[in-house]
Amino acid sequence: MTDYTIKDKVAIVGIGETRYYKAGQSPVSEFQLALEAIQKAVADAGLQVEDIDGFASYSDDRNDPVRLAAALGVPQIQFSNMHWGGGGGGVAGAVGNAAAAVVAGYAKHVVAFRALAQGQFGRFGQGHAGARVRGPMAYSMPYGLMSPAQMFAMRTQRFMYEHNISQEALCGIALASYKHAQQNPRAIMYGRPLTRESYYNSRWIVEPFHLFDCCLENDGAAAVILTTTERARDLKQKPVYLMAAAQGSGYRQWTAAHNDPDYATSNFKTLAPRLFGMAGITPKDVDVAQVYENFTGGVLMSLVEHGLCSAEEAEAFCTNGNLEWPNGGLPLNTSGGNLAEAYMHGLELVLEGVRQMRGTSTCQVKDAQVCLVAAGPMVAPVSDLLLRN
Amino acid sequence: MSVEHVTTVSYLPEGMPLPAPMPDGLDAPFWEGTKQHKLLVQRCKTCGSFQFGPEWICHKCRSGELSWVESSGRGKVYAFERVWHPVHKALKERGPYLIVLVELPDAGNVRMVGNLLGDPQQDVKIGDSVEVVWEDHTDVTLVQWQRI
Repeated sequence: MTDYTIKDKVAIVGIGETRYYKAGQSPVSEFQLALEAIQKAVADAGLQVEDIDGFASYSDDRNDPVRLAAALGVPQIQFSNMHWGGGGGGVAGAVGNAAAAVVAGYAKHVVAFRALAQGQFGRFGQGHAGARVRGPMAYSMPYGLMSPAQMFAMRTQRFMYEHNISQEALCGIALASYKHAQQNPRAIMYGRPLTRESYYNSRWIVEPFHLFDCCLENDGAAAVILTTTERARDLKQKPVYLMAAAQGSGYRQWTAAHNDPDYATSNFKTLAPRLFGMAGITPKDVDVAQVYENFTGGVLMSLVEHGLCSAEEAEAFCTNGNLEWPNGGLPLNTSGGNLAEAYMHGLELVLEGVRQMRGTSTCQVKDAQVCLVAAGPMVAPVSDLLLRN
Repeated sequence: MSVEHVTTVSYLPEGMPLPAPMPDGLDAPFWEGTKQHKLLVQRCKTCGSFQFGPEWICHKCRSGELSWVESSGRGKVYAFERVWHPVHKALKERGPYLIVLVELPDAGNVRMVGNLLGDPQQDVKIGDSVEVVWEDHTDVTLVQWQRI
């Protein structure tokens, strides 16, 4: 197995993001946003655009590498890759695929990116408008089960039932994200703190999700650049090393009509042991975590399935400020994440992981050495990264 | 042995997307069954495993010899959710509604999604017993659920 590991062979050397906008408010096109984020990541790394020779993305990003490379004047594409699967399951997958290309020698400097302008292309959180629906969705959509919140609330409800977990756990996750966003001027929710009372007073979207359990929907773009550890040493920034990357899905996950044999899961059960095995560390070694929040319920399950707490401990783990910087046991989503920084479909979580490892986060965890980035929850496939400094 | 409960009104308002069989014919027997008020589930002729939705082969033994068998239509609530925020234009003024995920013990515990008829504010518990109710539309019949 050791022969196949990417451990410490690749580093993230540059990060870039546009300003983040409320959904539909970007003054420029999605493609322009992608170009801006990539150029900023290149500048951050101290590279030239001409150095970029590979592209990786996920969730059917609309900005294809051929067009990006033409617009950027990239001399040659040596690697281009799209991670299958919807939602945020491909965030760490795209970064892992970029890392694999670097290790294989396919390309030298690969950019992993995501751009979103929902004003231009329509929103995620809306239902199907057609009169007829076929295939697996025909078993759920006619009953009004059609949006991501509705798909994931059902699983969350079951998980909370199986493990006797109350709404307090979800509230604790939302409070941590909003608290961290108050330190982060990039965050959409900067200057808009959330209290426990306003969480509970907010409207239900679908039980057990209140409004503040749901991610934002935003316009913007983000990008990271990966290269070999050797090349990284000569670049501008302190390299952030990939200890491990994993992607995948469990047995018959997302089979039709919610028939997954193991239903109440974030789908990390098969990945997490591989991830920690590749890195040669245990969950106890994680100093800070960036865990994709489509909805707080997915974060709850992800924390458990990565071994950061047991299901029995989960409610205590998520409450009483345990997830909050600077005093909590495991500061979570320290930029505000998808809930309160911006919904860059989770790629902003990778950027925040890199900042934590560089020591430049607005909620910098003291002496942080290992950061988990978990992407997906409750979709298939999902993906993970372990970063170190 | 179908339970003959038929509703003449739609639980959700007119204008919601209605099912249509796949062009490849895979799920046509299921939708043909609901029209005849039969709840059909795919079962492997070789190993006896149930599966829903239908597939071209059995997920357990990979046999292509599959049959459709009728469930009694009695099941248990495996999970549920009360939806408040409308995401479809037909639901704008609807108010909350209940979606249940029902497990069918007589069909290998396969699960089906439907609405739980009655008061949308009613208390629902995982494990509650329910039975099928047929919601007939012009050319398709939906599978709905009521408590027993």
